[in-house]
Amino acid sequence: MVYENPDGVRIGLEVHVQLNKLNTKLFCGCSTEYHDSEPNTHVCPVCLGLPGSLPVINEKAVEYAIKIGLALNCSIVEQTQFHRKNYYYPDLPKGFQTTQYDFPIAGEGRIIIEGEDGEHVVGITRAHMEEDPGRLQHMGSIDRSKGTLINYNRSGMTLIEIVSEPDMRSPKEARRYLDKLRSILDYLDVFDGDLEGAMRVDANVSVHWGERVEVKNISSFKGAERALLYEIMRQKNHIRRGGEIVLETRHFDEARGVTISMRTKEEEHDYRYFPEPDLVPLRVADRVPKVRETLPELPDAKRERFMEQYGLGETHARALTTEIKVANFFEEVAAKVDPKDAAVWVSDILKGELNYRELSIDAFTVEDIVAVVELVTANKITEKSAVEIIRTVLDDGGKPQEIVEAKGLLKVEDDIVATAVDEAIAENPEAVADYLGGKEKSLNFLVGKVMQKTKGRADAREAREKVLAKLNE
Amino acid sequence: MAAWTDISGIRQRIADSSAEEVTASYIETIGKSKINGFTTVSEEAINAAREIDANGHEGPLAGVPIAIKENISTKGLSTTCSSKILQGYVPPYDAHVIEKLKEAGAVIIGKTNMDEFAMGTSTESSYYGPTFNPWDMDRVPGGSSGGSAAVVAAGEVPVSLGSDTGGSVRCPAAYCGVVGLKPTYGCISRYGLISYANSLEQIGPLSTSVADIATIMDVVAGYDNRDSTSINRENTYSDALKDDVNGLKIGVPEEYFGEGIDENVEKAVWDSIAKFEDMGATYEKVSMPHTKYALASYYIIAMSEASSNLARFDGTRYGYRVEGDNWHVMASKTRAEGFGDEVKRRILLGTYALSAGYHDKYYLKALKVRTLVKQDFDKALSNVDVLMAPTMPAPAFKIGEKIDDPLSLYLADVNTVPINLAGVPSISVPCGLADGMPVGLQIIGKHFDENAIIRAAYSFEQNTDHNKARPPEVE
Ligand SMILES: [Zn+2]
Repeated sequence: MVYENPDGVRIGLEVHVQLNKLNTKLFCGCSTEYHDSEPNTHVCPVCLGLPGSLPVINEKAVEYAIKIGLALNCSIVEQTQFHRKNYYYPDLPKGFQTTQYDFPIAGEGRIIIEGEDGEHVVGITRAHMEEDPGRLQHMGSIDRSKGTLINYNRSGMTLIEIVSEPDMRSPKEARRYLDKLRSILDYLDVFDGDLEGAMRVDANVSVHWGERVEVKNISSFKGAERALLYEIMRQKNHIRRGGEIVLETRHFDEARGVTISMRTKEEEHDYRYFPEPDLVPLRVADRVPKVRETLPELPDAKRERFMEQYGLGETHARALTTEIKVANFFEEVAAKVDPKDAAVWVSDILKGELNYRELSIDAFTVEDIVAVVELVTANKITEKSAVEIIRTVLDDGGKPQEIVEAKGLLKVEDDIVATAVDEAIAENPEAVADYLGGKEKSLNFLVGKVMQKTKGRADAREAREKVLAKLNE
Repeated sequence: MAAWTDISGIRQRIADSSAEEVTASYIETIGKSKINGFTTVSEEAINAAREIDANGHEGPLAGVPIAIKENISTKGLSTTCSSKILQGYVPPYDAHVIEKLKEAGAVIIGKTNMDEFAMGTSTESSYYGPTFNPWDMDRVPGGSSGGSAAVVAAGEVPVSLGSDTGGSVRCPAAYCGVVGLKPTYGCISRYGLISYANSLEQIGPLSTSVADIATIMDVVAGYDNRDSTSINRENTYSDALKDDVNGLKIGVPEEYFGEGIDENVEKAVWDSIAKFEDMGATYEKVSMPHTKYALASYYIIAMSEASSNLARFDGTRYGYRVEGDNWHVMASKTRAEGFGDEVKRRILLGTYALSAGYHDKYYLKALKVRTLVKQDFDKALSNVDVLMAPTMPAPAFKIGEKIDDPLSLYLADVNTVPINLAGVPSISVPCGLADGMPVGLQIIGKHFDENAIIRAAYSFEQNTDHNKARPPEVE
């Protein structure tokens, strides 16, 4: 199958990843754990850009950047250099952003995603390091605010900007790319993607192989898909009406789900890039081998291994390796019960219940799921009861064994089922006669009666077998 | 009453009385000053001196008063770069050099006047008004560290710190008849120095004696992990205080005696070189062919960096602010009112030089010239130990004489800026008078070879009495 790309869509993404797991900011010793703090409490002369302050590179950030570059199959530059990107904005305390320009730390690379037509390779153009600016909070709406508050806690946080080639052909592929990127970054343990502002997206979109439009300020993956769907539709409609697409920058209005023009090419900034004189060029080539040793097994490799080692199918293996936490959870479960059972219960059932409640895998323990799986495989409870136990643990708490007892979920003993079968047959002679006369449906009626008598605690399949056996005596 | 005392003399006075008394007497002298060299006198100085008395005068500079240029951050003490835009700005932190001085027991006595944001050769562009040359109140003290040089020349303080981007320590040292050192780039941490042109500037000491320069350097030089360009290197500058230049090979770059040089300056410098010969040194003429391009290269690089460095002064966080209906208006009005003409001129030229379309033609070309200038120094200094030349081509000019002619003002820096482009160390020492005004001899050394130029300067000082000449204006 080959995807035809009927609208000639090309999407490239620029993703800003905040390395919030570093202990300190990119150019100073300020703590990065500011998320629940009072404004302007995690600041110093350097990240406030006070006169006379100078930046000093965070060596750990360089290491993380190399790690990300390697994980994205990028080439790593021999020597890197920071530049100043000059522009005025109140959230930018120095009046310029320290970023990388012609020597980004990571060069060309690639990511493999599930595309419209199977595996699809998305090229990475570059990944470079830069500092985050502060945050503005407008009092009221942006156009009618009486004042603006500035919080510089975020100022100077390490960002990695990952720029892709325009290789994605649909909003769905763009979403898959973002998910895959997030997955890889989670594996690398370089950031906490759940924190506010951890991943921010700008998109370049074109249709019919035409001129590209940049859509800025997308703050979520769901938002990215919506913004792209809207923008593709807008461009197609515009062309249909005889319009021409021009190179421009648009803002995504998350609330209304539309993109709004910000500026055209003619209004583009002149950033007056020049090398940051306060940071000497930095040798990185020598650090690569050591960083390479710290690279973990990445999602693609883990998926292959799960298929091989545990005999899982592609779907299960993929579902279980997307999130590192789920993969680790699964492996712990698989060490204690049959791996295929573990795959079914973790991937199909537990993850479904967690997704429904918007919970992460941390909400459940390995011990509990192992207990549930063991109860089912030992034939002590029904699958339906097992699901009920999982739901109860999630909603009300408690341990599986306690829940089994409290709710009386253990499968009833054989004699109770046998008694129920005997009673059902004795009380319903007509149905018995109908069945013996060839009416298959009457069997279901009798099984239903058995289930009624055992208040549903009997296993339906087992009840059916027992009724049949009795009738055939 | 003015009292020209060197550090060892001060320490003796402190031993005889107290740091408090010495500090108080300097503050009294400053109070009577007519040269407008200080912008702020520290209210904490007396307390600091008392503490030093209480602690038994520990540290190599215990109780020694020192004046600091207005662009070096001092915690709790106004630091404005002599600009309206930084009016009221009091840094919440000390520069690296201030930490070092305090550790050594020095008393930060006050801040000194300068050309606004260190842009100038005359200290006339200060928001606080010009500083006057103690030798002739009608003349400029040089710039941009004019305040730091003038207060030392006037005996208002024994030592001071300035900063040198294109000659800003050496020029006023020459004009005011004191000693000033521009160390090798990376020798002293710039942490806390408010940047004008980062890749060129260094903090440097000024005093009436070479020995004091070495003492201050011993305290402030060295690696600082907050300045990536500072270099880790063991050096004891006081070790170089030896009266011995026997066998010293001097290079005299002919390009530094070019058009526009004052004949009396030329004579004083050649007389000095002859004196070195008497003392056992030899000299040869050397050529540094790219000197003529250095000035243009320097101004493009300095202005480019300045245009970026000065972007942060927008009224948002500190300093002067002019209110406006929105941020754009507020920032524009603040900058329009807050910066003086020379600063605006350099921001605009620097912005232009870096902008798309001109970047390669100006900025990149200037960097290439810089490399050639560096090679001139490497080549010249591979055959000789030090270079000698006039610091300034002419003695101090009259106040107002060049203020409306920025180009002629820039030309005055012709002998100092190549040194900053190359990053090598250079010292200016008094070497005579021209028309009653001091002349500076510039001694230039190899990278991190401060000791060679300190030794040469010290020997010269010991064998002449130029450094004992005092300005007639001050009693
Ligand atoms: Zn900080």
